Amino acid sequence: MPDAITVDEVRRVARLARLGLTDEQARGLAHDLNTILEHMNVLSRVDTTAASEYTAARAVMPLRADHGPPPVRPLATLPETFAPEMRDGFFVVPRLATHEDAEP
Amino acid sequence: VTGRTTAADISTAARSGQRSIIEIATMALRRAEDADVRDGLNIFLSRAGDYARARARALESDAVRRERGALYGVPFAVKDNIAVAHQQLTCGSRILAGYVSPYSATAIERLEDAGAILIGKTNLDEFAMGSSTENSAFGPTRNPLAPTLVPGGSSGGSAAAVAAGVVPIALGSETGGSVRQPAAFCGIVGVKPTYGRVSRYGLVAFGSSLDQIGILANNVVDAAVTLRVIAGRDERDATCADVSVPDFDGAPASLRGTVIGRPREYFPDDLDPRIAERCARALDQLRHLGAEIRDVSLPHTALAIPVYYIVAPAEASSNLARFDGVRYGRRGQEASRNGLNEMYAATRVQGFGPEVTRRILLGTYVLSAGYYDAYYRKAMQVRSLIAEDFRRVFSGGVHALFTPTTPTPAFPLGSRSDPYEMYLSDIFTCTANLAGVPAMSLPIGRVDGLPVGGQLMSAHFDEARMFSVAAALESSLGPADR
Repeated sequence: MPDAITVDEVRRVARLARLGLTDEQARGLAHDLNTILEHMNVLSRVDTTAASEYTAARAVMPLRADHGPPPVRPLATLPETFAPEMRDGFFVVPRLATHEDAEP
Repeated sequence: VTGRTTAADISTAARSGQRSIIEIATMALRRAEDADVRDGLNIFLSRAGDYARARARALESDAVRRERGALYGVPFAVKDNIAVAHQQLTCGSRILAGYVSPYSATAIERLEDAGAILIGKTNLDEFAMGSSTENSAFGPTRNPLAPTLVPGGSSGGSAAAVAAGVVPIALGSETGGSVRQPAAFCGIVGVKPTYGRVSRYGLVAFGSSLDQIGILANNVVDAAVTLRVIAGRDERDATCADVSVPDFDGAPASLRGTVIGRPREYFPDDLDPRIAERCARALDQLRHLGAEIRDVSLPHTALAIPVYYIVAPAEASSNLARFDGVRYGRRGQEASRNGLNEMYAATRVQGFGPEVTRRILLGTYVLSAGYYDAYYRKAMQVRSLIAEDFRRVFSGGVHALFTPTTPTPAFPLGSRSDPYEMYLSDIFTCTANLAGVPAMSLPIGRVDGLPVGGQLMSAHFDEARMFSVAAALESSLGPADR
């Protein structure tokens, strides 16, 4: 199993997960993840050479015919009532970072 | 009326006109308010007063539902991670505080079509991640039987609503035991159907290969009737199976010819002896009812918690990516000044609580390049071995398995701070989610005044067998043991 997770590793994974952690949170989570993953190491000792990855019973979950999804039912309330910010039917978001202010 | 009236009694009284539906709904709303305002149990995140009264008025004059609705006039509660149109849907999270759903889950539509009346949305561990309901952003729910203790989780609010006598039935959701464990802690019945039995359209996704809507009820019959109402194919959920729904009646039957397996891995030497004793008594009762009790082995059981806590967080990290402050819910404060990526990061870290953050991070890690094979792929291979254990036992002539639902009775609020210790609450329940088989908990007695749950599991889509064994056991144990 891989080595212990460092605080830098936690920061890297938090960026992938789009979580803006504080330093204190990152330190705490490094501790938690190492403790939790230690319990997972037991899996590395299991012989799985003959085991395939689990899949649910697809036989009873038939794929629908390929003629589009079920008809969309109208929403009871419009996105304007629950979106943080909308204008002219579009979701409004802050600008994307440009090359100049992207992280190196 | 106080205490635990059954859904069947309410429906009969409503249908005959002996009780008005408006009166039934009004009383349930009053009990909901009493439970939270007077008794401080914190069961409901929102109460659907106007909605329930309007539904009751409409049902009162609905001749078709009066005649045919299996749950005509029955009040119900629903965990606040299941969508109901025009009602708030918070998932117990700050990130969705104030969000009102624009549509209803299929299970809700089917309950309402059968004449049931929504009373309110119940508290839960944030995004159903927890085993005590302490991870809710809106404070913990208290166990109605002993308010210093947890009700279990994550469907703790729904279990408490039934146990407190507010409603006879409630919906919860299961990913690793989130219906059965609170049912055991609150002394009621909790059912996790087969993976694919109930449509998940409108259930906020946590672990998509594990999630299933479940039922909390006072007794086996009410749970069986409710499952019959909500089960069955739904074209809006591709994982909802095309399997006929039998006429579960949950009536006790002779168990002659029924083989019940006692898997030795669920009765470890360090099992709480009081729980072991209650289970031994229940197994004696099953034998007395004519069942053959057979010792069996599910050899990969000890690996279930490590597998579960890789697979479920991995799937959660993907499912919860949608909560980013763009389309719904709350956008992070001061989040919009530094561009889109910073807005995402601020919204999510401010919106998610500690356990959800921990699991998203854990899930992202086990799926990330370099670690995927060691953790996620390995866990999914071991999961196959766990599922194969069940297949082998059920194809070898065993009709149902009996085990304890939880390793301990309900524990005090605030007593478990170590995440992994909390994860161990799911040790006897998460196997059924990993294998996809149906499972349920029913009360089998008390230790020191606290209820103990016994768990029954059966083969895929064989809920009928599970219910008949449960009903027989329930009637033989009698009210004194519940």
